[in-house]
Amino acid sequence: MPEVDSGLLRRFVQNGGIVITFVILAVVLTAIAEPRFLNQLNLTNVLRNFAFLAIPALAQMMVMTAGGFDLSLGAVVAVSSLITAATMAAAAAMMPGADVAITFLALAAVLSFGAAVGLVNGGLVTAFGLSPFMVTLAMMSILMGGALYYTQGIPIYGVLDSYISNVGRGKFLTLPVIMWIALGVIVLIVLLQRTTVLGRHIYAVGGDARSARLSGVKTARVTLTAYVMASCLAGFTGFLMTARIGSGQATIGTTLALETIAAAVIGGTSLRGGVGRAELVALAALFLTVIANAMNLIRIESKYQTLVLGAVLIIALGIERLLQRRDAGG
Amino acid sequence: MLNAEGLTKTFGGVTALDQVDFDLRPGEIHALLGENGAGKSTLINLISGTYPRSAGTLAVDGHAVEHLTPQLARTLGIAAVFQEFSLVPELNVVQNLFLGRELRQGPFLRSRAMRQEADALLNRFGFRVPLDAAVADLSRAQRQMVEIAKALRGRSRVVIFDEPTASLTDGEAEPLFAAIAQLKADGVAIIYVSHRMSEIRSISDRVTVLRGGKRIGTVETADVSDAELIEMMVGRPVDELYSSLTLSPGDERLSVRGLSTRSGRVRDVSMTARAGEVVGLAGLVGCGRSELCRAIFGLEEVAHGTIRYHGESLHAPTPHHMLRQGLCYFPADRGAEGLALNRPARENVTMAGLNLPALATGPVLKVWTERRAIAEPLEKLGLRPMAPENNAAAFSGGNQQKLMLARGLLKDFDVYLFDEPTVGIDVNAKRDVYALIKQLAEGGATVILSTSELPELTHLATRIYVMHEGRVMAELGPDGITEKSILSHYFGEVAHA
Repeated sequence: MPEVDSGLLRRFVQNGGIVITFVILAVVLTAIAEPRFLNQLNLTNVLRNFAFLAIPALAQMMVMTAGGFDLSLGAVVAVSSLITAATMAAAAAMMPGADVAITFLALAAVLSFGAAVGLVNGGLVTAFGLSPFMVTLAMMSILMGGALYYTQGIPIYGVLDSYISNVGRGKFLTLPVIMWIALGVIVLIVLLQRTTVLGRHIYAVGGDARSARLSGVKTARVTLTAYVMASCLAGFTGFLMTARIGSGQATIGTTLALETIAAAVIGGTSLRGGVGRAELVALAALFLTVIANAMNLIRIESKYQTLVLGAVLIIALGIERLLQRRDAGG
Repeated sequence: MLNAEGLTKTFGGVTALDQVDFDLRPGEIHALLGENGAGKSTLINLISGTYPRSAGTLAVDGHAVEHLTPQLARTLGIAAVFQEFSLVPELNVVQNLFLGRELRQGPFLRSRAMRQEADALLNRFGFRVPLDAAVADLSRAQRQMVEIAKALRGRSRVVIFDEPTASLTDGEAEPLFAAIAQLKADGVAIIYVSHRMSEIRSISDRVTVLRGGKRIGTVETADVSDAELIEMMVGRPVDELYSSLTLSPGDERLSVRGLSTRSGRVRDVSMTARAGEVVGLAGLVGCGRSELCRAIFGLEEVAHGTIRYHGESLHAPTPHHMLRQGLCYFPADRGAEGLALNRPARENVTMAGLNLPALATGPVLKVWTERRAIAEPLEKLGLRPMAPENNAAAFSGGNQQKLMLARGLLKDFDVYLFDEPTVGIDVNAKRDVYALIKQLAEGGATVILSTSELPELTHLATRIYVMHEGRVMAELGPDGITEKSILSHYFGEVAHA
């Protein structure tokens, strides 16, 4: 009878040793190559950007562990940014001074929007058995087109100053507020995955939908929930980005579809579903953010940055696969 | 306790189950018997709520049940033990045992309580399975145990067993039979699907025989003979499945010296195979005979030893090279390794032979001759229905196996490796497979047959290697082949008693 192999290499791979190594290497090498990396200003910037990638990457991971895909996350981020700005502008005109209420109203608006998009995505996938890839690609196209048509490429102004200064630029214990919020989201999702019934069912549905159904799991509802949560997280990301940018932009988030999948996969999420851990995906997001920052510091043009991102993705996956294969004794 | 009348299920235009009546009494073990495709799986899927029925009525304790779902079935106390199918490979044993019925506090899991209960549950049936192992890392027998424990968690009144012993050894099956006896004593009704006549005879009270989606009859087990049951199942008296082979073994064609695989599943194995003989590989599932076949074909990494074939000493064979050299391998797991289920049967047959002159000129496929090239092998094998343009998924298990086998008939190979060629296929398809093996070996080919079916070995093989835990325990010559002699080596050296 085959004993469960618990070799050192295997434990290293399973517990995210590779991702952690990537992060440490990226930080150390960047710091050596470009001392400006360690400036407080730059580090603050890195941590904010980390937040803006980590949250949607967790959203992507959620859908992927459930056995799906969401290419529309970036578009949801963009539209949510518009909704945040537009809601704040309209509400501020009606009830000036009620900044906290207006902020939460805008948050409620983006979360409702995210939930609606998730319901449509997940609904089409579960009810009609459509391919997640096609459904969310179409959704991305619709949202992007709608956003560009609505704004004609012009940013939407009217974001509350208090929101920009307290959240967008705000700090808590010397670190950006946005990073703390992202940490909160990461902790919540780790808890969701490890301690809740829903988290367990997401793994089961992604691992083997048929088995899960036979076991009495309501697979369609679980999948739908994963899409809804993912779109809500994307909406929340757009909400936070607006605080940073100071206006609603239809063009943010265009590369997020690729970046979130990259982060999820480097963090060990399986493209076939059933496998994925929030804390490792967050680390992978940190890794990608550090690399992007390093390229900015040494002035690599943005068009080459996507090229590098693609190469990094392939190399990271190659290393991971190699170590897994060496370890796979059975 | 459970009463079904006129149960009917159609998939598309195909009627899988046709007006079947079925009833179940408390505390009885009711066996379901039938060939593959007879409708056994469909019937138990309807009773456990996996598929909605197309027509018919179902009553539990006299109350009619309209729309049965897996959840509702479970509420009614109907539990099903499927063939490993309701486990999620990525989750661990505890997680699988409680999947869908987690112990919870609000939305949160009660992990410690589930662990304790899982431990108690497995102990109750004497199943030894590590709780924290992912199901993907367990052996087939262990998975089956988890599946059974999972179904028997909570209060069940009807338990369905779908070929529960298919992947178990006799020793491993004992705790299962003990568990079944215990359930029966508690008044639980049991539906038991099995191909093994001896099991049906020893444990069941009644037998329902299905054929072609129809119920042929329900009889008291004690009142019928095995032959009568087989006749009900097949529709006519069984001819002799095996016809005798007249073989004249020639020169040595393939030899293996001190072969060990990297996975450790094959250890220091030496064997030879000559032209025109059938060499049997015997042993329990997991004893390494499958891996030996795979290593020879180049699918398992070789750590030590050599394979001598065609005067070549190979240390790292590849499937591509072996196929070109005239060695053909038929895997045991048709679904995973053999067939592209969503492609037409025709493409599946020609997939491995696209370098043959009959099928392609260089990179260009000869689409016109492809159909003609596959017609003869498919006819020889008796594909039913003879519809090569249908997707592979549309054929029954036996006919899918024929598609695999047809690959080996596109050209004349020197060596054929069969790994479990008759697993999950019906009696008629089995006979076709045996006829094919006979024909190949009598034509001078070398056949290596790895199988768990002892009668296949005793009837077909000229020499047998019995394996245990990766090693060859014995080589049996033509005079020494009996089921008893094979079995005496099955469990290594200790099991002579």
